[in-house]
Amino acid sequence: MATSVRATRGGSPPPAGLRSTLHRLDLKAVPYVFVAPFFLTFAAFGLFPLVYTGWLSLHRVELGGSAQWKGLENYGALATSEFFWNALANTFTIGVISTVPQLLMALGLAHLLNYRLRGRGFFRVAVLAPYATSIAAATLVFAQLFNTDYGLINTVLGWAGFEPVAWESSKWPAQIAISTIVTWRWTGYNALIYLAAMQAVPQDLYEAAALDGASRLRQFLSVTIPSIRPTILFTVIVSTNGSTQLFGEPMLFGGSVGISGGSGNQFQTLSLLMYEKGWVTGALGQASAIAWVMLLLLLLIGGVHTLITRSHHKRKKSGS
Amino acid sequence: MRTSSSRHGRGHRIAVNAVAAIAVVATGTALLTGCGSDGDDDGKGAGAAGGEQITLRIGTFGSFGYDDATGAKLYAEYTKAHPNIKIEESNVADGQKYWDTLKLRLSRDSGLADIQALEVGYIAEATGPAMADKWTDLGKTGGADLGAFLDWKVKQATTGDGKVIGLGTDIGPMAICYNKDLFAQAKLPTDRAEVGKLWAGDWAKFIETGETYKENAPAGTAFHDSASGLFNAVISSQPVQYADTKGELDYENSPGVKKAWDTAVAAAKGELTGKLRQFDEKGTWNAAFKNAKFATVACPSWMTGIIKDQAGPENQGKWDIAAPPVAGNWGGSFLAVPKSGKHAKEAAELAAWLTAPAQHAKVFGVNGNIPSTKDTLTSAAVQDAKLPYFGDTPVGKIYSEAAAGITPAPISRWDGQVKTFLTDNGILDVEQRGTDPAKAWDNVKKLVDDKIDQ
Repeated sequence: MATSVRATRGGSPPPAGLRSTLHRLDLKAVPYVFVAPFFLTFAAFGLFPLVYTGWLSLHRVELGGSAQWKGLENYGALATSEFFWNALANTFTIGVISTVPQLLMALGLAHLLNYRLRGRGFFRVAVLAPYATSIAAATLVFAQLFNTDYGLINTVLGWAGFEPVAWESSKWPAQIAISTIVTWRWTGYNALIYLAAMQAVPQDLYEAAALDGASRLRQFLSVTIPSIRPTILFTVIVSTNGSTQLFGEPMLFGGSVGISGGSGNQFQTLSLLMYEKGWVTGALGQASAIAWVMLLLLLLIGGVHTLITRSHHKRKKSGS
Repeated sequence: MRTSSSRHGRGHRIAVNAVAAIAVVATGTALLTGCGSDGDDDGKGAGAAGGEQITLRIGTFGSFGYDDATGAKLYAEYTKAHPNIKIEESNVADGQKYWDTLKLRLSRDSGLADIQALEVGYIAEATGPAMADKWTDLGKTGGADLGAFLDWKVKQATTGDGKVIGLGTDIGPMAICYNKDLFAQAKLPTDRAEVGKLWAGDWAKFIETGETYKENAPAGTAFHDSASGLFNAVISSQPVQYADTKGELDYENSPGVKKAWDTAVAAAKGELTGKLRQFDEKGTWNAAFKNAKFATVACPSWMTGIIKDQAGPENQGKWDIAAPPVAGNWGGSFLAVPKSGKHAKEAAELAAWLTAPAQHAKVFGVNGNIPSTKDTLTSAAVQDAKLPYFGDTPVGKIYSEAAAGITPAPISRWDGQVKTFLTDNGILDVEQRGTDPAKAWDNVKKLVDDKIDQ
C-alpha cells in the first residue's frame, strides 16, 4: 500500500527491481523498526542491568574502586551470613502477615462493592485512595501512629488498660506495624481487581444458586470464589512479588535505623540488606549477589505459579 | 584523566562508572539529580582570568553559616569583592546522605560542586588511597595560610604524600548541657562550676551523678538523653578511638571503645537514659527536649543551636553548660575542592577565603560554630561570646577551653560505619530491647565482619 502511494506521488516511479526491494523491506523490516523502541529500552534498562549485576556479583567491587574476580564467593558468603537468613526470614514473615489478611479483606470488600448499593462509584474510588497515596507519606503517618511514646495507638491501648507496646524495637510488633501499612495501601487495589473479575461472573449462576436457596455467603463461597480463582492466583503472585521486594515501608518506618531494619535487624528485609550492602558499606559485589538471589526467588515463585495454573487448566479440561 | 590510565585499569573504571550511572538512574532521587547541572558554564573557558562571569557551586550539609539568608552573608561579601564570581550553595540536611551522594559523584567525576564540604568522620576516607588524587592540593593552590589552623586539623586533612585536601571550618569541642530545673528538683547543684565538679576527671563520676539524680528525680525524667549519645561523647574524649596509631581499624582492642561501650552500657542498664536516639526522624528526641524528659545531654558546640531550636522559647534560661568529665572533640568539617572542577583555581581561592580567621569569627558570631583557627579561638570575639538562649553562660570561654584540651585520635576510613554499628545496632539494642551487652557486642562484631568488605 505505502509503496504504491509513494510511487504515484513521486512523479517518476522507481525502477521495478528497486520497487520490489523496497516493498519487501517495508513488509519485513518496518515491523521491527516499530517494535524496536521497546526492545532497545528493555535492553538498556532491563537486560543490561540484569546481566551486569550478575557480572558484578562475581566480583569484589567497591564504589569508586576497581573490581576483582571472586567467583561464587559472594554467594557463599550469603549462605553463611546470619544477616542474610535473618533478612530472608523477615521478608517471608512480613510477606505472609501482610499478604494473607490483605487479600482476604480485598475479597470481602470486592464482594460488598459488587452489590447494588447507593454511592457505589464513591466507594470504589474510596478504596483506591490509599493506593494513590505515596509510600513515604503513608509510612510517615503510620510511624507517628505507632510511635511508642506519643503514638495514638499506644494511647488508645493505654485507655484500655494495656501496657504500651514497643512497636519499633520489638520484633513482632514491628513486623505487624509494617504489615499494617502494606495492607492499608494495597487492599483497595486488589479489591478493585477482584471486583472486575466478579463482574464477569455470569449473573444467571447467582440466580440459579438463589433459586436453590443458597445464602449470600454460600453464593460467595461456591460461585464467586471458584469463578475468579485465576484472578486470585494472579493477585497472590503479584502480592508475593511485591512483598519479596518490600523496601520503602520498613525503611521509613525505622526512621534513622531503617536501613538496618531496626537496632537488632528485627525487620530488615532482603531489599534493605541489599541497599545497606551496596550504598552504606559500599560492597557492590555482595549487594549484586543479593539482587540475583532475589531474582531467582521470584523466578521460583513464578514457576510455582505456572505449575498451579497449568494443573488448574488440566483439571478444568478433564472435568468438562 | 581516563586516557592516561592503563588499559586494564581503565576497563575497571568504566565498569565502576557504569555501576554509578545505573545507580543514579535507579535511585533517581532529587538528591542525586537536584544539582547535577554540571556544564552550566560550558564554553566559558577554563579560567576567569579574563574577568568573565563564572559561577562557583558549593556543596554543604547541616549548617555552615555562610549563606546570605540566615548565615554570615559571606557569599554576598565575596561577590562584592569579586564581581565576576557568582556563588551558589546546595545544602543537604543529613550528613550521611550527603557523603553517600558525594562518593558516588566522585567515583564518576561528575555532578560535583566546585567546593565540597567534608565531615571529619569521613576525612580519612577522603584522604585515603581511593580518593586522595581526586582533590586539589590546597597547600599549594588558593593561597590558604595553613599555619593559621590548629595543627591537628591540618594533619587530619593531609594525605600520605603530604597533600592538604581540605581546609578546616569548625571543630566540635564538647561540654555537658544540663537542665537547671530538673537538677534543682533532683537536689543537685545548679551552678555550672559546681555541676562541672560533680563529674570532673572521669566518666564514671558522670554515671555516679546519674545515680544520685535518680534518687530524687522528678517522675518520668531520665538523667541523660541517650546511651548512644553518651557513647559518642565518651569516645570523643578518648585518645584511642576506632583506629590504631597507624590509622588501621582496630575497634576490638581499643581502650577508648571499651571505655565508651562500658559507660554507655552502664547508663543503659542503670536506666539513667531516656532510651532515645539522637536525630531520630520521628521527632521523639526533639519532643523530649521540649517536654524536659532528660536532664543532661553531651553538648558539642554545634549542639547548643539544636537545644535552642528543639527545647524552644518556653525553655529559655532553663539550660546551662558545664565542663565535661573529660575534654573531647565531636564533629567538625573541612572544605575541599575536587580536581575535576572547571574552576578549581577560583574555587580554591574561595575556600581559602571562607576558612580564613576573619571569616571564622564572622560565622561564629552568627552561627556559634567554634573556629578551627588558633588566633580566632583566643580572640575576644570568641572568648567573650554568650548565647542569649543560655543566659549569661560564657559559651565562648567554655568551648575554647575545651578546644585547648583536645587530643585528636587517629582516624580510619571505616570509623563512621563502625560507629553506626556500635551505636545503632549495639548500644541502642541494649538500651531499647534489653539485649544482653555481651550478645550485643558479638552482634556488632558480626556486623562489622559481614558488612565491611576490607
